[in-house]
Amino acid sequence: MSQPPYNMGLLAFGDNGWGDELFFATLMTLAVAITAMFIGFIFSLIFTPLKITNNKILNFIGNFYTTVIRGVPELLVIYLFFFGGSAAVMFVAKIFGYDGYIEINAFITGAFSIGIISGAYSTEVFRGAIQSIDKGQFEACKVLGLNKYIYSFKIVIPQMLRLAIPNLSNVWQITLKDTSLISVTGLVEIMRQSYIAAGSTRDPLFFYSFAALLYLILTFFSMKIFNKLEQNYNRGF
Amino acid sequence: MDFDLMINSSPKLLVATLVTLKLLSLSLFFGLIIGLIFSVMRLSKNKFISTFSYVFSYVFRGTPLLVQIFIIYFGLGQIEYLRSTILWSILKEPYWCAIIAFSLNTGAYTSEILRSAFQTIKIGFIEAGKGLGLSKKIIFYKIQIPIAIKQSLPAYGNEIILMLKGTSLASTVTLMDLTGVAKYIISTTFKPIEVFIVAGGIYLSLTFIVHNFIKFTEKKLKTH
Repeated sequence: MSQPPYNMGLLAFGDNGWGDELFFATLMTLAVAITAMFIGFIFSLIFTPLKITNNKILNFIGNFYTTVIRGVPELLVIYLFFFGGSAAVMFVAKIFGYDGYIEINAFITGAFSIGIISGAYSTEVFRGAIQSIDKGQFEACKVLGLNKYIYSFKIVIPQMLRLAIPNLSNVWQITLKDTSLISVTGLVEIMRQSYIAAGSTRDPLFFYSFAALLYLILTFFSMKIFNKLEQNYNRGF
Repeated sequence: MDFDLMINSSPKLLVATLVTLKLLSLSLFFGLIIGLIFSVMRLSKNKFISTFSYVFSYVFRGTPLLVQIFIIYFGLGQIEYLRSTILWSILKEPYWCAIIAFSLNTGAYTSEILRSAFQTIKIGFIEAGKGLGLSKKIIFYKIQIPIAIKQSLPAYGNEIILMLKGTSLASTVTLMDLTGVAKYIISTTFKPIEVFIVAGGIYLSLTFIVHNFIKFTEKKLKTH
């Protein structure tokens, strides 16, 4: 029995189709991407200061992080955490006296490994944004007698956000697309769900094309949102 | 740290690096041709041709590379008509499927890089060529292309590095490239950190070589 090439019934919600499964898989992709982006922000909060200080050792640590993560394939990083994650957690648990087997949830492994990658890119974005702020403003602050703390939080960071938004939009797109790679760990997001559906219906062309369409929709709407944000932050200029 | 494993697995990983490099160079070669064609199409005055080129690059840049490989490797085989043509002898090989996917993907990014390079060429250069009585063809090949290449070098260098990392996805369609072999060794020895250090080190040194090669070429091409 041959199937018609575009059988929309395959996308029905409920038990007969894959519509609801794919819908929840899309939500999972978004959840992983947002969590990863957030973890990435935490990493960039730690590493951006390291990259712009004058201390050579701290500088080296910051550069090491961004160079290694951006120079090594994402898939290799994911394998490192997928295979090494449980071992690392068990090692720590052993120190605290727990001697059993611990398996880390695929969501945590995925979000953490994509988050580390995303963090390296956002660190570079924030560094670039901070460095493009005019040095004259620092001198102006000094003349006004404002301290370093006010200079960082009231002058640099608000401007940095405005400058960083267009590039953060790129980081978000990269992060969103990278989430497809964590399907190798078995987390049921768009790619994994399509793989399952393609396997059980023997219609890979339809399901992978539909997955591509889902990603296109996600990237299209996130671009719209970032454009809005950009306009919002640029309204004073 | 298991240093023995690191030393023992190095030869296997280095052999696999050759597969990675082969995938990379072939994809870049075809990708450059595709990119050049689509960038010229994008600048065409014909609305239909330029829209087609725009949609091509939008789709390939807006979806993950993994989906593209899967559509080509798992999806195209489903079309019965294709199975009867001569194309099938290429499409049934995971190696060529990976190269097709990589070439189209890097072609889409390259077309954007070249398009912006073509668009930033000062109109004066083209007018000067016209003033000298050069034909359109000579202006394109001898003025526009050399300037575009020079301008797009830094961005293209980044694209090469992205593609180098992208070739790791070949391991998802059963190819034993550097990442594929690394994963195999990890899953048989359960020593992810050691293997990551060796395989990651190889990738990093390749990135380093590409980065410096582009920098060197940039310097060499600089005329002022």
